Amino acid sequence: MTTTPLLSVRGLSKQFGRVITAEDLTFDVHQGEALGIVGPNGAGKSTLLNLIGGVIEPDSGSLMFDGQDITRLGAAERAKSGIGRSFQIPRPFTGMTVFENVYVGASFAGDTRGQAGYERSYQALETTGLLHLAEHRAGQLRLLDRKRLELARALATKPKLILLDEIAGGLTEREIPQLVETIRQLVASGVTVVWIEHIVHALVSAVDRLMCLAEGRILAIGDPSEVMKSPEVIEVYLGSTMATAEDI
Amino acid sequence: MSKSLAGAAVTQTVKVRRSTRSSYVGVAVFAIAIAALAIGPFAFLTKGNQQNLVTLFTYIILGTMWNLLAGYGGMVSIGQQAFIGIGAYGIVYAADNLGVGPIIAVPIAMVISGAIAYLVSFLAFRLSGGYFAIGTWVIAEVIKLVTTQITALGAGSGISLTAFAGAKPEIRIATVYWMALASVVVAVLVTYLLIRSRLGAGFTALRDDPTAAATLGVHVTRSKRVIWVAAAMGCGLAGALLAANTLRVQPDSVYSVQLTAAMIFIVVIGGIGTIEGPIVGAIVYFALEQYLSDLGAWYLVILGSVAIIMVLFLPQGLWGLLSGKGRIQLFPTGYRLISGPPIAEGSKES
Repeated sequence: MTTTPLLSVRGLSKQFGRVITAEDLTFDVHQGEALGIVGPNGAGKSTLLNLIGGVIEPDSGSLMFDGQDITRLGAAERAKSGIGRSFQIPRPFTGMTVFENVYVGASFAGDTRGQAGYERSYQALETTGLLHLAEHRAGQLRLLDRKRLELARALATKPKLILLDEIAGGLTEREIPQLVETIRQLVASGVTVVWIEHIVHALVSAVDRLMCLAEGRILAIGDPSEVMKSPEVIEVYLGSTMATAEDI
Repeated sequence: MSKSLAGAAVTQTVKVRRSTRSSYVGVAVFAIAIAALAIGPFAFLTKGNQQNLVTLFTYIILGTMWNLLAGYGGMVSIGQQAFIGIGAYGIVYAADNLGVGPIIAVPIAMVISGAIAYLVSFLAFRLSGGYFAIGTWVIAEVIKLVTTQITALGAGSGISLTAFAGAKPEIRIATVYWMALASVVVAVLVTYLLIRSRLGAGFTALRDDPTAAATLGVHVTRSKRVIWVAAAMGCGLAGALLAANTLRVQPDSVYSVQLTAAMIFIVVIGGIGTIEGPIVGAIVYFALEQYLSDLGAWYLVILGSVAIIMVLFLPQGLWGLLSGKGRIQLFPTGYRLISGPPIAEGSKES
């Protein structure tokens, strides 16, 4: 790709005590692209999203987003600059209704207040299939709807880039395709997505490129099927070079 | 709504309702109550009644402020007595030392409370949860100790408010009463408008989950500081009214942690996270104090028991019960989605 990347990660490192969760990570995410991230538990996937989203600060390295250096910006500023995210374990505002949850995203990071904000919230609920639950307390939702709410809130911020942290995790086999389809439509509509998922088959089918992390380092990045065939990736996943991509 | 120009496709706009039918009734009832209370000193309120009502108004302000902190900001402070004390000393200092009128001295006392709260926030906000609660208490004790070192403020023995000296008692008492009535109306109204504003939605979000709120664009620390300073100014207002009502400020009473305990009791009894709750809670607390305080230690046993029973069996407080679990809202703050374009197929699935 010759265009300027939407997100440029350069030499990003983060250490918690002696545990290195991100080590000199360098990669680009281009406009309109869907980048999948896989890796075993503790590989540093969520840490990477937290670093991009501004929930934690890096020890070193830099982040450029949409032509702006965001390395020192807080989470709220990054959300305003167009980075939306969903959390692995949903974090609904339990005391508010579903609609109000989404309106927080629309009116703060999305900066659309009043009627325009209501309309954007409505659209986000419609896109994620939550409209019929708009008036329910967010604390009463079941897991699939909580995951949808994570997505709806992020969408209401009108993000240029959306970070998804295991949005399909914990869902049943029947529920996963519904959510994957919603995300496919998002990508098709031009939203750039960085998507962590343990359920690899869901991811491989929906992303343009795949990145495999292990112990805070990038093991492989590129075409999804190529990455999954890489011997290093197979080894970290199954601990054996005898395994094949089909086993994963 | 369904008519369209030139026969174009009908589009129904998204409609969100912010008021409720009960809120119109609420506005009317409160307007009448405030009007009746305002003419009270001319008609049916004795001097004693007025002084008692100043105490009740002070409790409503205090409950409202603790509710703002904990119920909307998620900050459980047990050091609000710091700002009550600063407000009480503030009115004495402004009225007696600076020589401004008592009515001007009240906002000055509030500003002093707010300014000190702003500075304290940089220390207190380094703590969270239980550490924050204890930290605020420690800060309050330090502020009390500092006050008792200042001889101009009467050191450990306290100071009297002399600005009213020379005024006829009935004029003084009625003046303080009207000041307190205006104060409680303004404090509740400002709190309500703050919670009802866009910022208020952000407060509720950060109370429920600060990390998620931040990733949706809510400036968590900045928002908490707004709440913290506003609540301190409210407590300063209450402190100023207490001083004006009793004409005497003593460090052990205005900086007493009992005041924060009362605030917590009021909010727990009335119902946390609603504007109405602390008003109901303050009335109950005031009534219990009026009728039971002669019982001495038993009064405290009864208060404690009531609080425990409420927490166990009625966590939404008395207002939760009276409002039918939130069906009646005199001060609605939420956003109710009333209608929108026809729901798309995909949204109907569950």
